Amino acid sequence: MSETAAILARPARSRNVAWVLRELLRRPRSAFGLIVIVILVAAALLAPWIMPYDPNDQMFDGLSLEGAPLPPSSRFWLGTDLLGRDLFSRLILGTQTSLIIGVLANGIAIVLGATVGITAGYFGGWVGGVLMRFTDLMMAFPALLLAIVLAAIFKPSLLIVALVIAMVNWVQMARVIYTETRSLAQREFIDVQRAIGSSTWRILGRHILPHLVYSIIVFGTLGISTTVLLEATLSYLGVGVQPPTPSWGNIIYENQTYFANAPWLVFFPGMAILLLALSFNLLGDALRDTLDPKLKGRH
Amino acid sequence: MSAAAEISGREASRPVLTVKGLTIQVATPEGAKIVVEDLGFTLNHGETLCLAGESGSGKSMTALAIMGLLPKPMARIASGSITLADGTELTGRSERAMRKIRAQRISMIFQEPMSSLNPVMTIGKQLEEVLLEHGMCSRSEAPARALDLLRDVQLTEAEKRLAQYPHELSGGMRQRVMIAIALACNPEILIADEPTTALDVTVQAEVLELIRALQREHGTTVLMITHDMGVVAEMADRVVVMRNGKQEEAAPVRELFAAPKTAYARELLAAVPRIGAAPTRPELERTRHTVDVEDLCVRFPMRGGLLNRVNARLHAVEGVNFRIAPGETLALVGESGCGKSTIGKAMLSLVPYEGSIRIEGQQMAGLSPHALKPIRRNVQMIFQDPGASLDARMTVGKQVAEPLVVHGLASGSELQDRVEWLFRRVGLPADHIDRFPHEFSGGQRQRICIARALALRPKAIVADESVSALDVSVQARVLELLRELQEEEGLAYLFISHDMAVIDQVADRVAVMNLGQIVESGSRDQVLRDPQHAYTRRLLSAVPFPDPTRQRPPVIAREGPVGSPVRPLDDPAPRFPLAEVAPGHWVAGDAA
Repeated sequence: MSETAAILARPARSRNVAWVLRELLRRPRSAFGLIVIVILVAAALLAPWIMPYDPNDQMFDGLSLEGAPLPPSSRFWLGTDLLGRDLFSRLILGTQTSLIIGVLANGIAIVLGATVGITAGYFGGWVGGVLMRFTDLMMAFPALLLAIVLAAIFKPSLLIVALVIAMVNWVQMARVIYTETRSLAQREFIDVQRAIGSSTWRILGRHILPHLVYSIIVFGTLGISTTVLLEATLSYLGVGVQPPTPSWGNIIYENQTYFANAPWLVFFPGMAILLLALSFNLLGDALRDTLDPKLKGRH
Repeated sequence: MSAAAEISGREASRPVLTVKGLTIQVATPEGAKIVVEDLGFTLNHGETLCLAGESGSGKSMTALAIMGLLPKPMARIASGSITLADGTELTGRSERAMRKIRAQRISMIFQEPMSSLNPVMTIGKQLEEVLLEHGMCSRSEAPARALDLLRDVQLTEAEKRLAQYPHELSGGMRQRVMIAIALACNPEILIADEPTTALDVTVQAEVLELIRALQREHGTTVLMITHDMGVVAEMADRVVVMRNGKQEEAAPVRELFAAPKTAYARELLAAVPRIGAAPTRPELERTRHTVDVEDLCVRFPMRGGLLNRVNARLHAVEGVNFRIAPGETLALVGESGCGKSTIGKAMLSLVPYEGSIRIEGQQMAGLSPHALKPIRRNVQMIFQDPGASLDARMTVGKQVAEPLVVHGLASGSELQDRVEWLFRRVGLPADHIDRFPHEFSGGQRQRICIARALALRPKAIVADESVSALDVSVQARVLELLRELQEEEGLAYLFISHDMAVIDQVADRVAVMNLGQIVESGSRDQVLRDPQHAYTRRLLSAVPFPDPTRQRPPVIAREGPVGSPVRPLDDPAPRFPLAEVAPGHWVAGDAA
């Protein structure tokens, strides 16, 4: 089988990664999203080297003489927090947390959602019925409540928070994939595969999954912004990422009481969340437009 | 016909629509492409002009340009003029101005009536909307006018239809409703774009007859767009043959059919399959059978009620028997919904069935998928739409290789050689194997599907409407390829089709199906030249004949109401026993 692949596989013309990138950079909105994401990812990766201060260092000169946090200045670009820690450094480290959770939680949600969706969509029958009713049940359950309950049961850690978010987020993916798989399964070229005698695994892997890849990429990208928002919400509620590890959500949570006196402590992390969610949404929309063969009129 | 001829004789020189130097451009990723070039014709009062041509000839684009319905912003009229009798110029008009002209002066019916009707509005409301929109009558008169219109198009039970939704009507009835809507404002010109292509042959005959009758009554001028030379012969007074956006030939219909002047028109007419024109096929020795089907039944459970229990069954196929010898073609013919495609799917074990299907003596029924796999090699299928039966995201070479890989028959360079050989075998260059399906034309794609079906060296092939979606000239070449392959490999074909003329060309034997059962079977000559069953006669009488000099026999009316294949659980379908009227010619009698 791998031999066939080696002999007959050639990259799809005009649909490779370079082409998609060019398309994305050509449009102002997706170019903006892509550039912001690249900057944020770079910030997360290079955090130890670009943070001006130790994010957990409670600096003596980080507070005013009265013990109040300092507003943005040339020394502390985004000001300091209640304990005299540099906000800019904490935000950079928070980028790491947010992106790790975004990618991890979303990855789990995609795998789980796609598996459930494909199984239910292709096999149908009672298996599909049970799976999709369960999905409906999960959808009807208040997501935030579920996340809080799960987070309260397990001791919050980065992995647990990611898992909790995935448990809430896989449902949408399952629904989308289910619908697409169902319509694919009824297409003639799948009948042809059955007539040839292809195994179910082969049909799923070689003829169903490739058609779903684009949806998965698009909804995966859009899902990251929901994930980041949910992480921020959970952290804000105190059941997410635990201090002293900074996350954008818990920075707001820690500092909210001083909003009136030190608005920058809420404003900057809030802007960071907004920027990340917006960028992933812009990128996701643009990916859908670029990759959807129905919109482009070509397969 | 005679009335129309009279009118065109009297007022032959009164043009109602003049098209001059029409050029239409379409924007493509590769730049502007001209799809209609310098086209000119006049449409005279009361006549029927046919724009005939194969796909891509620009005939539909021309119709859309006249209606001001070219897809924006991709297509535009680059130059030329379209004028009505009173000198009204139609090109370059605003959408609002065009809306007035549409429906009131020119209206159009399309191929697929379902997509032109609003699925959530009743038929009556849709008719009334058109009448009111164009101020044809007052609100209080509208229902009565709508009813009149439905009676005009000879829709049965017109009162009941007013309150029905499009999905409750059959395809033929929907097309009648579309015609009623198109004629609601008494337009001077009716443009019919492939109005019967999606319909069964008997329904097609009825709809064509209706258009002729309405034309006689109202003196409407008809511009008909079609690829079917049979329809042209039956309907047209004059014909414009188009190819690649250009006019090839324009002539009165009789002249065109009697003595086509251009090479393309000659080719096109020669490619049209005609019933009775096919040479007799050599008699086969039928000592053994590749395919042996006995008492085949396919019933689909229909669920309903509170507990979603099975409360009825759709008897798609009911007690069907047939055999096919090596090298023989059995044609299965019938109207849509008669169960012919279901038989094809059962042969490939794609639907659950009862009864026995033996291929090369090996029983296929009741086997586990694992046990079935090696036997599957013996029978393969070619579907109707090659676009849908190819995976758009996989190279065609890989797809042709797939059966061989799945059955572990070849790998490595041997596989590569086999795939290249198959490509050449079906007349495609072997260096095309790395391309994707969308890079091929319809005919080429069907060749790829044939190559894939041949990969396992099957003994029998089910061809389900395999040439129906293709242009006639392409169709003729694909049929030729199928015939060659049959001769060389001794293949048994189950050829499923609704097209009598194609069947006449390819079949050794013919089985006619109605409501899931075979009502008549025999050699091609027995069934098509000497039909015995009423249903077969009706089907044959409806086939459009590509000869304008031939007087069309009236379509034989349906006897009794249309049966339904859906039956309650405790109500078995009545079987119609076949009786032999001549050696090998079987005809169904009354229910036993």
